Amino acid sequence: MRKSKKEKHLSIKRRKFLKQISLSLGSIFFPAVILAQETIEKTAKWLLGENYDPYDHFWGMGIDINKCIGCGRCASACKQENNVPTEPFFFRTWVERYELLENGQTRIESPNGAVDGFNKVIDQNSKAIKSFFVPKICNQCDNPPCVQVCPVGATFKTPDGVVLVDSEYCIGCRYCIQACPYGARFLDPVTKTAEKCTFCYHRLVKDLLPVCVEVCPTQTRIFGEIKKKASPLVRFLRMNKISVLKHYLNTEPKVFYTNLDLEVK
Amino acid sequence: MVNMPFNKDNFKVKNIQKILKERFDQMRSFWNKMPEQITRLIIISVILLAALILVRNILVPGDFGEYGHFRTSAVSEIVSQKIKYAGQEVCTECHDDLTELKYTGFHRNVSCEVCHGPAAAHTEDDEAVELNFPRGRGYCPLCHEYLPSRPTGFPQIISDSHNPMKACITCHDPHDPKPPETPKECKACHANIESTKSLSKHMYVDCVQCHQTPEDHKTKPRSVLPDKPKEREFCGTCHAEDAVGDPGIPRIDMTTHGERYVCWQCHYPHLPEAR
Repeated sequence: MRKSKKEKHLSIKRRKFLKQISLSLGSIFFPAVILAQETIEKTAKWLLGENYDPYDHFWGMGIDINKCIGCGRCASACKQENNVPTEPFFFRTWVERYELLENGQTRIESPNGAVDGFNKVIDQNSKAIKSFFVPKICNQCDNPPCVQVCPVGATFKTPDGVVLVDSEYCIGCRYCIQACPYGARFLDPVTKTAEKCTFCYHRLVKDLLPVCVEVCPTQTRIFGEIKKKASPLVRFLRMNKISVLKHYLNTEPKVFYTNLDLEVK
Repeated sequence: MVNMPFNKDNFKVKNIQKILKERFDQMRSFWNKMPEQITRLIIISVILLAALILVRNILVPGDFGEYGHFRTSAVSEIVSQKIKYAGQEVCTECHDDLTELKYTGFHRNVSCEVCHGPAAAHTEDDEAVELNFPRGRGYCPLCHEYLPSRPTGFPQIISDSHNPMKACITCHDPHDPKPPETPKECKACHANIESTKSLSKHMYVDCVQCHQTPEDHKTKPRSVLPDKPKEREFCGTCHAEDAVGDPGIPRIDMTTHGERYVCWQCHYPHLPEAR
């Protein structure tokens, strides 16, 4: 008597079953493994500029508040290097002056982003207890909120940790400008796309420093690798007490401040 | 008859054809037995899926997602941006004399392009682009004008009173900036303290009366530091009851006043009337 279909299926031997399952699973995963290997090979070969491998670097910046003299050369040079619109309100980096007043309030100002330096004029009505300058820049977060909100994938984090904007692909929806807790982004008035500090990515690939670091006359800004031992930044991180802006937001900024006052937001 | 694979006979061409035909018939009967609305639903969803894949293929650039959730060519577009600031090393190749001069001075860490502006175009063709030469009185005060917010010790001047109308470079060489003669007054650097003191009762007390200042402090301000009075007896030389001097000077009983505190824990010597 012939066995019914069901019985026949039940009668599959274990060895046969294992054979079949391993073959069919193998045929599914084999192409995936090959593809993954190809991707890894290609990734390892990604070279930018002449000889720059983004997988070989991880950049960060250190800022020493005690050294900043508020000359604003960084903001000025950045505007020239990166063709940032010269009107006020469009800055990739800028300097703020904090004045902690006797009545407990804090006055923060940044006239034209400090491109023309600061005036001496201080409000006579309230006396300042202490005052200092704070250079601000995109924090190049390791966990960037601006990248998370971009609906089209126009802003992204490169393998070397720099957050960039693809201005060809940006649709100008301004979500990222809203999402940035540091106010580091703006909408370019001409192209109507989001703009921000790139750590001078076009200079990095040619082994040059970002221009704000290059022109800083007091070495307030330190730039270098975070993960390599022989880096000025690693030395900066080791020798100073480090803090970052808005650490509680978990954005993991890669711009490290030292001698930062609690008032600085 | 349904044959299981891995049977020796199954790999004969004739048998394979037979198995395939059998399977195909099975599938057709399955399809025909399905309710019509399900059939239509399947057809529509297949068309929609195909349309989605097609549209996505057209809209998403080919190099999107190669190395991450971005266009690979976007990075090369950003990298292709033109450099305007050439960097300090390039300057040294031609202007080695100035570099050498600058290297020994206080401005050794000030990059050339801070004052002279972006010079990448100048390095390609040195006649094509005229660099900045800020010779007037406007530029140096950007860093050196006295601002209370600037860190102490950074050399600052009050440009209204510091040789007004004279260009900075008539007395100071910007590549090797040092005072034309060593400063006679402390306020050349310590303008903050000096201006506070000039309004106080201590205005006629010389800085050096309290701070023993070695001569080297004028040339090496950070490594050679002036002295500070360390004991309360020092203030007592003027303010003790038995001190010699002007009777207008306030006197206190050193044994009962302030007990074990040092004077400047309560009185700010540069503005003693402050509370």
